[in-house]
Amino acid sequence: MTPRLTEIWVYLAASPLLGLSLTLLAYQAAQWLYKRAGFHPLANPVMLSVAMLVTVLVVSDMPYEHYFDGAQFVHFLLGPATVALAVPLYAQWPRLKAMAGPLTIALVVGSLTAALSAYGIGAVLGASNASLMSLAPKSVTMPIAMAVAEPLGGIPALAAALVMVTGVLGAVGTRYICRWLRIRDHAVRGFAIGLASHGIGTARAFQVSEQAGAFAALAMGLNGLLTALSLPWILPWAERLFGR
Amino acid sequence: MILALTVLLLFQLAGEVLVRAIALPVPGPVIGMGLFFLFLLLRGGPSEEMRKTAGGLLQHLSLLFIPAGTGIVLYGELLAREWLPLTAALVGSTFLAIAVTALVLNTLLRRRATNRSTPQ
Repeated sequence: MTPRLTEIWVYLAASPLLGLSLTLLAYQAAQWLYKRAGFHPLANPVMLSVAMLVTVLVVSDMPYEHYFDGAQFVHFLLGPATVALAVPLYAQWPRLKAMAGPLTIALVVGSLTAALSAYGIGAVLGASNASLMSLAPKSVTMPIAMAVAEPLGGIPALAAALVMVTGVLGAVGTRYICRWLRIRDHAVRGFAIGLASHGIGTARAFQVSEQAGAFAALAMGLNGLLTALSLPWILPWAERLFGR
Repeated sequence: MILALTVLLLFQLAGEVLVRAIALPVPGPVIGMGLFFLFLLLRGGPSEEMRKTAGGLLQHLSLLFIPAGTGIVLYGELLAREWLPLTAALVGSTFLAIAVTALVLNTLLRRRATNRSTPQ
């Protein structure tokens, strides 16, 4: 690089402007591709954006911490957005109340399936203990998963990465799984996607219908609460079961 | 929009304070969502402004996961070493959880619908 270019790069690398602009730019590009693909679940915008950003960080040799200095402004909005989920939840409240019994049973069964099957498959195939503890909360929203993984001996940032992949898998796979099971009800599809793949699944559900989105938001919130409260009790038992 | 955003932040703040005050193992924003939901029930629904602001935020929910998701770049080595158990666990468990949840809920709802339509 010429001295002038180096100077510009030094400025950009130190300023939060670059990380923020890159995030928004990647999102715009991913949205454009998603639209071009007819909103096909395989063109998931979170997955496309992350793939673009990881490529940029690796190629330009920019440390993640520098990138995050800028991207944190976007990251911060996750808090108020989570609170805002109460609005679609309120809109669906009459239907949710009428289905309270079935929803509770599906929640408990689904939540246990998500955590124990992740732990079990990982343990059988020889994942390390830190990975297993980061895997178990993978179906719940990122901040909860990170908070749950740490005291159990998991790695919070790894948990966040596994949560992201889970979200994308759920956003991509739910349509095919439900079609195969011949389940068409948007409330059922929404609840399943929100339970198994948290906010990324919920974001996808909102693009399908408001009803699917509201049920996804409900499942995400409830599974977050249930997992946070139950995993510290369940995992020691799972450890014994799989001889760890 | 600013008023609605202020309200959302205040509920998040209340959630964060509550979580710390009584040592809940759940993040503040999730408690904030619960509190805001109770508030909406008491108030009888969101204002037009809140509906628009919340809709705008939720429409771009995907964007908000990108910074944390990009953190995957830090775990290249671990992922290269344990890619098989991790991939199998993520794919198998996510798809299984979706199928089990959807089947249980669908069966329960359908059984209830037939019970209601054929009263004894």
